Amino acid sequence: MSDNSVTNILVAGIGGQGVMTAAEVLSQTALNQGYDVKKTEVAGMAQRGGVVTSHVRFGERVLSPAIPPGEVDILVGFEPAEALRWCSHLRADGVAMVSTTRQEPPVVSFGLYDYPEDPVGQMRKAGIDLHAFDAGAIAAALGNLKLVNTVMLGAISEYLPFSADTLKNVILDRFRQYKPKLVEINEQAFEAGRKAQAAG
Amino acid sequence: MNAVNPLPSSERLFISGNEAVARGAWGAGCKVMAAYPGTPSTEILEYASRLPEMYSEWSVNEKVSLEVAIGASLAGSRALCAMKHVGLNVASDALMTQTLIGVSGGLVIAVADDVGLSSSQNEQDSRFWGRFAHVPVLEPADAQEAYDMTRFAFDLSEQFDTPVILRMTTRICHVKGVVTTRERRPFNSGVGFEKDPSRLVMTPTNARPRIPLMFEREKALQRFSESCELNSIREGSDKRVGFVTSGPVFMHLLEAFPDAPVLKLGLSYPPPMETIRAFSQQVEALVIAEEVEPILETEVKAAGMLQAHGKDILPRIGELAPHVLRPAIAALLGEPVEAEAVPKPSLKDVPEVPVPPPAPGSSLFPRPPTMCVACPHLGIYYCLSKIRNKAISGDIGCYTLGAGHPWNALDTTICMGASMGVALGLDKGRTEVDKEQKVIAVIGDSTFMHMGLQGLLDITYNRGNVTILLLDNRAVGMTGGQDNPGSGRNIHGEESLRINFRTMCEALGVKPERIHEVNPYELPTLFKALREEVKINDTSVIITNQPCVLVDFYAAKPPLTVDDDKCTGCKNCLDIGCPAIYVTRRETVVKPNGKEKELAFVRIESGACTGCDLCPKTCGPEAIIPVANFIRQ
Ligand SMILES: Cc1ncc(C[n+]2csc(CCOP(=O)(O)OP(=O)(O)O)c2C)c(N)n1
Ligand code: SF4
Ligand code: SF4
Ligand code: SF4
Repeated sequence: MSDNSVTNILVAGIGGQGVMTAAEVLSQTALNQGYDVKKTEVAGMAQRGGVVTSHVRFGERVLSPAIPPGEVDILVGFEPAEALRWCSHLRADGVAMVSTTRQEPPVVSFGLYDYPEDPVGQMRKAGIDLHAFDAGAIAAALGNLKLVNTVMLGAISEYLPFSADTLKNVILDRFRQYKPKLVEINEQAFEAGRKAQAAG
Repeated sequence: MNAVNPLPSSERLFISGNEAVARGAWGAGCKVMAAYPGTPSTEILEYASRLPEMYSEWSVNEKVSLEVAIGASLAGSRALCAMKHVGLNVASDALMTQTLIGVSGGLVIAVADDVGLSSSQNEQDSRFWGRFAHVPVLEPADAQEAYDMTRFAFDLSEQFDTPVILRMTTRICHVKGVVTTRERRPFNSGVGFEKDPSRLVMTPTNARPRIPLMFEREKALQRFSESCELNSIREGSDKRVGFVTSGPVFMHLLEAFPDAPVLKLGLSYPPPMETIRAFSQQVEALVIAEEVEPILETEVKAAGMLQAHGKDILPRIGELAPHVLRPAIAALLGEPVEAEAVPKPSLKDVPEVPVPPPAPGSSLFPRPPTMCVACPHLGIYYCLSKIRNKAISGDIGCYTLGAGHPWNALDTTICMGASMGVALGLDKGRTEVDKEQKVIAVIGDSTFMHMGLQGLLDITYNRGNVTILLLDNRAVGMTGGQDNPGSGRNIHGEESLRINFRTMCEALGVKPERIHEVNPYELPTLFKALREEVKINDTSVIITNQPCVLVDFYAAKPPLTVDDDKCTGCKNCLDIGCPAIYVTRRETVVKPNGKEKELAFVRIESGACTGCDLCPKTCGPEAIIPVANFIRQ
């Protein structure tokens, strides 16, 4: 039923991880390519550790802003349990890009709920085409945890209907404009994500 | 914030529905914009405040915001007020009479319904207000329409001498799309404020003759609605089902049923009944798809189209997204319901039986919002949770989370300001079993100024025995930390009045000795004040004075950590509820008296901890210590 000319990207994570920024960058890139774009911002209560998702849809004409369940082309999971939460929204031939850096919410820490033992394994068993890597560790190695965002974008860059460099340039341009000192490190983060994806 | 100036006359922007309303109003020559924050409408005024030459303000509540807009309209200028759905309940007193008066400059009320309840206490349908107040309702279907209709709303308002409701939903407010803007229209010049008591002073004598005028206006709008360009048919070849719809459901329908005829109502009230009737004759089945109440459906049926479907086949709560619409329509047509549309099995089945594609983890832990690390409310709830035999009437704000784990220290939440009156009622209505119960009310600063003042006055006037915790965190925390009269800054971040809550409470009749200002991180002081005041049969107010961590002047201190050698696993620090404290392992030990005790050893996420020094006050063994050689990134 879905219109194949529309690309559906679901970005999922938790407050403070940069989910919104990643979605914004993807939208901006698609816009630059001349696509019609719609992007939802369901921030929930972003500052307070809640689930954050953003639907990014682009194509010749985008109608409903919500990606119907089962029609996600690319799931960008900033956290493994959050990827698990949304993975059923993937289409059969969709791909999931998952950071394995776990973030337990207080309800788990307090012992009210369990954190799944192996969310990535669960998704793999379910037959999902999945690339998993520790984006948090990559960012930490580069010296700034905020780079997770760019690492994740690097990781999905080969799966988009435009070139990886197009996406990279949009990210770097944003930094050139606001924080020129961070251009180089973001380029490294992007490339590291690209490599990690191929290996993961 | 910096004004984005100068703006080109026409550009293509990638903006949300909320921003589109702000831009649309600005482009329409709106001069005054007022709002009280509330999800999902908050960003309308945040964006508006950055546009040049237009007055914008945070009002103390929605009623005041509408009244400010009314005044500006009567002064001859175009004005808009914005609010979330429940805000219009508060503003409705003004609306119900302003509809008799009409407008001078265009008057637009942008109201955002939280369809799906992402962040609200109810899911009411604001379209009812159009019927109740006899004013037109416009419903955009995306950001471009939000822009265009905002502009249209001002024209409509002036043309028909009526306030206009622009009804949005979360799917419009929080969705970004491509918007082409138009050239900006100048401000109204004209005649200015025109004195006319027969129209502007609504005594019974003056109001009575205006009622028929209001009905005439409604009739004229009805006729206009039949020919209005905003009400149009999207033709379709598959005439088995034809839809009548408004708002974002239009887009969902186009997506789900690309070949179905759809009558889209941009001006959804008054509905173009004859257009709907003609449309109904072109299709085999007529379905009214509206979020969320069957309002139009009822009216369509009352107009004789009894065959219409609506809430008999569609859900009455939540969004009518494509995956909700498809199976409902398939069932109506007697088609097999598509497999992809039915709910999928739960992920807990996955490991054994891989079912592609798997379903979301319904078995997965939830991730509810928490209070922030080091939130000034944490200490309050820690103390409240230790008070026995109490009833706590709560209010709306971040502190509503005090109802949850680990504090369980909030017993009621209804609407903004209700904590005051409810507390008095709990006090006056107590039965014999609750004779000794301590009645406590918890209210935030913004909520207090919004609707709490009168409630407090009612408590003092009627000599209530209530202990009130007034949580002054110098921000509207829940909606993202906006400024208010308690923060000392206006919407532009410029210095302004900073209200003194102690003086205010005194003025409202609380005895000076019953008012305490405390630092909520000083647990012993806070606890002492609370314990003493709940024992005294009088109205007391405990005012906290530490800022929300979101404000720009919040000063984080070096973080703390847990000394593993000293931590005894007593769990006391967990009762604070700070999300930077994590359990690392649990152990069950047998005490000398033979009883089992569960221990939990903890760690502090030092990257998140802001060294507020709250949790060390709960730690007997002094296991919580500064991080050695800390350097903040
Ligand atoms: C009538 C109405 N308007 C707006 C809202 C949205 N809203 C919920 S809580 C809140 C303000 C909370 O601020 P405050 O009382 O200072 O508490 P804080 O969140 O800062 O702790 C607002 C604006 C609402 N629920 N009802
Ligand atoms: S936003 Fe402010 S008031 Fe709300 S939980 Fe966070 S610190 Fe507390
Ligand atoms: S000092 Fe304790 S309560 Fe305060 S932020 Fe750090 S961990 Fe949280
Ligand atoms: S209060 Fe102190 S001793 Fe008890 S669990 Fe917390 S850190 Fe350990």
